[in-house]
Amino acid sequence: MGAVVAIDSLLDQRRLWKGQQRHVLPASPQPSGHAMLDAALPSGGWPDGALTELLIPADGVGELRLLWPALARLSQQEGTVVLVAPPYVPFAPAWQRAGVRLSQLQVIDTPPRDALWAAEQCLRSGACAAVLCWPLHADDRALRRLQVAAESGRCLGFAIRPAKAARNPSPAALRIAIDTDPQQLRVLKCRGGLAPTRPIAFDWQ
Amino acid sequence: MRWVCLLLPQLALDGVLRRQPMPDQPLALIDGPVQRRVLHSVNPAARALGLRPGQSLAAAQAINAGFTSVAFDAKDAAHWRDLVAAWAYRFSSQVSTQFSHAIVLEIGRSLKLFGPWPRLEAQMREELREMGFRHRLVAAPNPHAARVLANVHDGIGLTDESLLTGLGQIPVERAGLDRETAVSLSRMGLRHLRQVFELPRDSITRRFPKTVLPYLDALRGEMTLPLTLYRPPDVFDQRMEFDHEIESSQALLFPLRRLTADLATFLAGRDGGVQRFVLVLEHERCEDSEVTVGLLAPERAAATLFELTRGRLEQARVPAPVRGLRLLAQELPPFVPASRDLFDARSQQAMPWPQLRERLRARLGDDAVHGLAIRGDHRPERAWGVEAPVQRETAPPSLPRPGWLLHQPIPLRDHALTVLAGPERIESGWWDGFEVRRDYYLVETSNGQRAWAYCVAGERGPYMLHGWFA
Repeated sequence: MGAVVAIDSLLDQRRLWKGQQRHVLPASPQPSGHAMLDAALPSGGWPDGALTELLIPADGVGELRLLWPALARLSQQEGTVVLVAPPYVPFAPAWQRAGVRLSQLQVIDTPPRDALWAAEQCLRSGACAAVLCWPLHADDRALRRLQVAAESGRCLGFAIRPAKAARNPSPAALRIAIDTDPQQLRVLKCRGGLAPTRPIAFDWQ
Repeated sequence: MRWVCLLLPQLALDGVLRRQPMPDQPLALIDGPVQRRVLHSVNPAARALGLRPGQSLAAAQAINAGFTSVAFDAKDAAHWRDLVAAWAYRFSSQVSTQFSHAIVLEIGRSLKLFGPWPRLEAQMREELREMGFRHRLVAAPNPHAARVLANVHDGIGLTDESLLTGLGQIPVERAGLDRETAVSLSRMGLRHLRQVFELPRDSITRRFPKTVLPYLDALRGEMTLPLTLYRPPDVFDQRMEFDHEIESSQALLFPLRRLTADLATFLAGRDGGVQRFVLVLEHERCEDSEVTVGLLAPERAAATLFELTRGRLEQARVPAPVRGLRLLAQELPPFVPASRDLFDARSQQAMPWPQLRERLRARLGDDAVHGLAIRGDHRPERAWGVEAPVQRETAPPSLPRPGWLLHQPIPLRDHALTVLAGPERIESGWWDGFEVRRDYYLVETSNGQRAWAYCVAGERGPYMLHGWFA
């Protein structure tokens, strides 16, 4: 047994790792609008300037309802919201009803081979407040590009992907799976803290 | 220092060199009749091989055959001079191409805007170097003096006080006088302008043509001679021809970068922008093909123009290899720079949305990017549209609507459907041939998805899926 060593210096040198770190992240300026989700996330909202991955078992399980509050808030602050190659027609009356200002909403129709390129351009440009994309066959490298682009453009990036992608690791800052039975959210990964182990209630109301 | 003279000694050669991807390779311009070809001008690399202007082509090839020869075209030089004049127009509204091999421009009033002469000089040199034109720059109180001083000097700026001293040292044969006068002056033993200035005025009038005295007065700034001023043309039209056929769009990028940079220079000169231009690809044996670049708002930054044109060019289908490239811009509306907030917290490379939209359109197609609008129609297919020209304020529907709408309704096959709400009858369109009579239900599928499905009014099933509540 050697000399006495201050625990702080070990922590600083990253030789000792402390679980359950608290108050590491400043509060996110991007609340999700879902109180229980915000409470469970270490930054209290969507990670700003980063990519968030939503993993869904099928289309139409609440992915838009999860995003709408943030998109509505951003569009009302004159931010541009871009949908890159959405799988269906965004039904304008419903989006307006959700509070999204249609004049701030832009849709990019493109075949899948250009969709990743377009998403990266939008994320990187700094012209958009939020970018949604639906990468079908994105590998680790493509997602990393999106993540880096979101960082350099200070943009909220959302990649909505099939649930089976959950098995592969991802560079996204936050990964959330949406379950249908029961209706709930599971945080699979969140940067800057431990993922909450308990599912978060999320229903259709 | 109110006038600048830009002497462009090698315009024709520079014009050819700036089209070459490797301007450091030996190159010579060839002139003269077919029987007796002579070298008109050579670049430094060719000079290093021992080639000199005036040599016959045969002699030059005997010395070293490893150089490229390009035919000299006098029209070319005039064309490049116009381009430089268009560039100079952004520094001053008084630009003249009256003098041979040179451009003079008035800068007295521009110095306040562009900073003191050394800074302006550095900026001009940098931009000319980027454009690929070798030059000499001289500033003087009047255009004639500037032109004469540029024969001998480079990079000097004379004030009213130092003008006479500076001019006095100019040799008579380089003072811009006509040949006969220069010869008789030197026969009189006068070597420098200083000695000519000392001659009595009436003896100059008597001995020499009557244009000489006004010219000497103009040099000294004692009188002003009229100067024809340059007017920028209303269209930009520039073309390049290649020595061989080009098959890949990659190889076209270098000349394209030049053309768009020249267009940007031209636009900056007349303080305008471009909204639509045509890139003509010339082929050997078939019709030219055209790539039209249409923008939603005027642009003029060289990098943006290149980027957008490149996007279009890479998407273009061309029937044959390309032999020549021509850029034609006829619509040159005024350019209004995008206003930016001084305290905008965006990152360094931030680009405004209109610019991003242009970039996306250039690669993905003109209709790829659009907004959404609500149309006042009860039929779901017609309740939305792409960016209506007039955005009417429509109250959002009172009943829930799905976030996703399918392009085409499809049969919904699921044996464990739960109807959660409905029916809601939508009945409309009997007047325009697209009549709709449907009962819409909110149903939950066995997977837990929420669907918006309908059946024919009054019936229960089969269900057609029309949207997802997501």
